[in-house]
Amino acid sequence: MAEGTVTRPGPRVVAGQRHSGALPTARAGRRYATILAVLATLAVLVASGTLAWDNPMPFGSTGFWRIAELRATSLVIIVVVAFCQAIATVSFHTVTNNRIITPSIMGFESLYRLVQTSAVFFLGAAGIIAVQGVWQFVLQVALMVAFAAGLYGWLLSGKYANLQIMLLIGVILGGGLGALASFMQRLLTPTEFDLLTARLIGSIANADASYLAVSVPLAAAAGATLWLGAGRLNVLGLGRDTAINLGADHRRQTIVVLLLVSVLMAVSTSLVGPMTFFGFLVAMIAYQLADTYDHRLIFPVAWLTGFVVLAGAYFVLKNVFYAQGAVGVIIEIVGGSFFLAYILRKGRL
Amino acid sequence: MITLTSVAKSYSSEVAIGPVDLTIPAGGITALVGPNGAGKSTLLTMIGRLLAMDEGAIEVAGLDIATTPSKDLAKIVSILRQENHFVARLTVRQLVGFGRFPYSRGRLTLGDEEIVSRSIDFLGMGELEGRYLDELSGGQRQRAYVAMVLAQDTDCLLLDEPLNNLDMQHSVQMMHHLRRAATELGRTIVIVLHDVNFASHYADRICAIKDGRIVHVGLPEEIMRGDVLTEIFDTPVDVVDGPRGRLAVYY
Repeated sequence: MAEGTVTRPGPRVVAGQRHSGALPTARAGRRYATILAVLATLAVLVASGTLAWDNPMPFGSTGFWRIAELRATSLVIIVVVAFCQAIATVSFHTVTNNRIITPSIMGFESLYRLVQTSAVFFLGAAGIIAVQGVWQFVLQVALMVAFAAGLYGWLLSGKYANLQIMLLIGVILGGGLGALASFMQRLLTPTEFDLLTARLIGSIANADASYLAVSVPLAAAAGATLWLGAGRLNVLGLGRDTAINLGADHRRQTIVVLLLVSVLMAVSTSLVGPMTFFGFLVAMIAYQLADTYDHRLIFPVAWLTGFVVLAGAYFVLKNVFYAQGAVGVIIEIVGGSFFLAYILRKGRL
Repeated sequence: MITLTSVAKSYSSEVAIGPVDLTIPAGGITALVGPNGAGKSTLLTMIGRLLAMDEGAIEVAGLDIATTPSKDLAKIVSILRQENHFVARLTVRQLVGFGRFPYSRGRLTLGDEEIVSRSIDFLGMGELEGRYLDELSGGQRQRAYVAMVLAQDTDCLLLDEPLNNLDMQHSVQMMHHLRRAATELGRTIVIVLHDVNFASHYADRICAIKDGRIVHVGLPEEIMRGDVLTEIFDTPVDVVDGPRGRLAVYY
């Protein structure tokens, strides 16, 4: 495509000209830009608040920066988790053509619970330490991705390939693994159970900075692939028949997207633990805010929303309730209520 | 031209389609008619590669649909199913813009935009192009989908019961638009129709399917006969001369 001969009527377009861009009117374009700017401002505010608020050392001193640096690690973890959950959930909704499910029900979280529980069950309190470390982290991510790959590969490439059946089997397997974990938890001593519970609630404190060296490249690679394939995702969002009509290799592309989603979910879950409603909440808000079908525009809004929600919850819990461990709890409560309110008010997804 | 060579698909020992041999010449409207469950839609979706066949081969414009890459086929044949449900919120124009995906892979050029505008205007949807699909009536939405497959600029258009759920006025309008697409734009249109009277009035050829096999193929006047229709639909049909052509009366 020669430079200058072809104009790209994406979001930028000459006023008054008929075009099929992702933002149909100039007003929609301005609205999107404003929302992105507001989210970015909020993100900067929350981030600087987390770094500077209640910092015991005077601003600008060496001690101040040292404390800020420690807190910056939590922020980076929040950035990674928000990215993984937001991109994964939006992509998952698109390929399954269903906005009321979340990829975490596909067994990722149950698998995580099972791995953590078995460690404590078989190794005792020492098991908590045994599953921490970069190699253990990589192994856990690999296990989750292998689980997902097996499930998708088996269920989507057969003769009776059916996405709905795959989802159902995923949920049932997830339930089975979760039940196994619960059963093992029943047999633990109260002390071991207490130690384990801390690991099973999504928490920024679960993550270790050393995991970032692995999780950042993994998440970035999976996210970038989805981002580059945003045009294909838009077509997959039209449903199987229309996507094939437009020349998409629907089955192959669906499996690829689901695998990338599983990488993102595995990274996020292994990093901070289960966050069932977080991705869903973020995706729902992002659809409303972005108000477009185009994934190139939804992804940034979803990521920023995820960061603001997660970092905001972390900030409030840390500075108001002094319970920084339990972001998962507050997000599930807020996310669950938001979901109910949303469904009841709007009646459409 | 669409050629089917001993195409077969079996669901169970009792329910099977084919083997079907059929040649649909280029140009004009070919209507597929027949009772419920005869296999009209199945045949159409197999031609449109949405459903794999068990045996046989289908060629569209000389290309074998089983071996030609899907993205090349998307420039030659387009198919529209009855049920189209999207999660995403799209305006009419954005939907029609997707029809250019096989050519532009999502980055529409000015040429693409012109074709999109032409398709929208062709179906008289210029006023509605900024509306969201969920703000349209069933008839308008159906027209928007047809505009999308028109923008796809394929020689062959396969439409699965596009008159489903449309009232008298919108059905006639839809057939009128399709007639023009065949005549003015030279498209080959294959359409599944329930009402033989629509088929007889608007189609150039009628192909009758019963129990998974082709039982009659011919010009409308060859099919619009009481004995032929009675046999196809297993119900007594009389054909009378109406003010605007032959009419099948069956109630």
